[in-house]
Amino acid sequence: VKHTVEVLDATTKEQLCFLDKVDPHSTIGDIKSLFYKSYPQWYPARQALRLDTRGKSLRDDEVLQNLPVGTTATMYFKDLGPQLGWTTVFFAEYIGVLLTYLVFFFRVPYIYSHTYALTSSPHPVVKLACVCHTFHYVKRLMETIFVHRFSHGTMPLRTIVKNCAYYWGFSAWLAYYINHPLYTPPSYGELQVKYALFTFAMCEVGNLSIHMSLSNLRTDGFRVRRFPTPTKNPFTWLFFFVSCPNYTYEVGAWLSFTVMTQCLPVAIYTLFGFIQMTIWAKVKHRAYLREFKDYPTVRMAIIPLIL
Amino acid sequence: MASSEEDGTVEEKENNNKKRTKSALITAWLTFYNIAMTAGWLVLAITMMRFYIQKGTHKGLYRSIARTLKFFQTFALVEVGHCAVGIVRTSVIVTGVQVCSRIYMVWFITSSIRQIQNEESVILFLVVWTVTEITRYSYYTFNLLHHLPYFIKWARYNFFIVLYPLGVVGELLTIYAALPFVRRSGMYSMRLPNKYNVSFDYYYFLIIVMLSYIPLFPQLYLHMLRQRRRVLHGEVIVEKDD
Repeated sequence: VKHTVEVLDATTKEQLCFLDKVDPHSTIGDIKSLFYKSYPQWYPARQALRLDTRGKSLRDDEVLQNLPVGTTATMYFKDLGPQLGWTTVFFAEYIGVLLTYLVFFFRVPYIYSHTYALTSSPHPVVKLACVCHTFHYVKRLMETIFVHRFSHGTMPLRTIVKNCAYYWGFSAWLAYYINHPLYTPPSYGELQVKYALFTFAMCEVGNLSIHMSLSNLRTDGFRVRRFPTPTKNPFTWLFFFVSCPNYTYEVGAWLSFTVMTQCLPVAIYTLFGFIQMTIWAKVKHRAYLREFKDYPTVRMAIIPLIL
Repeated sequence: MASSEEDGTVEEKENNNKKRTKSALITAWLTFYNIAMTAGWLVLAITMMRFYIQKGTHKGLYRSIARTLKFFQTFALVEVGHCAVGIVRTSVIVTGVQVCSRIYMVWFITSSIRQIQNEESVILFLVVWTVTEITRYSYYTFNLLHHLPYFIKWARYNFFIVLYPLGVVGELLTIYAALPFVRRSGMYSMRLPNKYNVSFDYYYFLIIVMLSYIPLFPQLYLHMLRQRRRVLHGEVIVEKDD
């Protein structure tokens, strides 16, 4: 039995496309490809198809005959706007941050007073900070390429512009002060820097361990649902206490960087990041609790025993 | 079996009673709050008028009402709480931006920069704020008491068309007048080097504040225009049915 699919605009309700003789085994992804043939400006990644105007968008892998629609399906279309692939997104964000920081580190002319143009800071902590900052974002780039498995294919253009403005802007702001000719090194000197460097390194390794363990959860596709648990790697033992130790480690890394540079803009950036990551962690934590009845009750979202 | 069914309905009744008491308490608090704020701004208005009538000048007027203004304008923070908790159905962000910009104006511009307190622009925005707030709070009060005179509704949704831009002009002129004094005194500013490795120039910050009116004011103005269309437009339809 062949199905028919009618696609209406979600806001105007006018009929955009009428597909008949559709194979009942075709997926939403297939329907999007068919729709794309009639509307070449709306490539599949920017199409959202729903069964009712305000509902959740249908996943690309859903099969037509499994939907609660019968043999004639009516779907509503919404344009998600221009989309970019995740890899492109992260590259733009992270490379931008990296380069922005380096612009200040090398004291490109016209940023600071011209006597200091293209000079380097006499303080070793300033070089160390540049290495740490660069390492942090190179690690993130590597993870994007080799570790992360994304559930959505793309991200809307407006979000990327907003994110880049945020990341690059903050990077410029904190790099300006750290690499400033009038920078003041930390009050407790080398001791402060060494301890901060140690905790920074621990948190980076921790963050990487968590990302890898999360990535291993998805080796059997997205079908099997399991929640993350501690493994033999001691850095993953934080899973005993929190649902999102990757965020915990990330905050830890930035706190370390704050102490290492003793720079208030870094502290403010850490605070903003902490607030955002707490929101994400709480959402994830609630999702885990809802989905898994045997979810460990001692776990908090981001800070052991507290948050 | 029968007794457990009865327990069920008893619990239901208890819950309903709790909900009714809670909603009655909320209404009582909101009514009290709005009456208090209406009264506060009325006091401000009357004090301002008396000052001008008695002294014949606006010089020194701000100093005479500064404390009352600070109190009632700052107390409006409570409204952000109302939105956050959900007992008032307005966006937390819109309310937050409006209240914070008012509080900022009072505490960090007019009250802290004495030299501009006698500017005419200060009187301009004070008058605008006073008229706006008295209209707004009395509207809420009458609404809660279910006895809303049409002219208050009309005022609330029409005065702003003129008052809002006038208020913005008053605020911007005041900030602009403050600039040279801020630059000379270096107030609220921090220079390098210091152990926090940060700097802050209040003068440039004020310029950014002034520039931020450009994207923010149209958004808030359009929001109010949309609300006006919804409220007054909606009422026209009801009258037709009658």
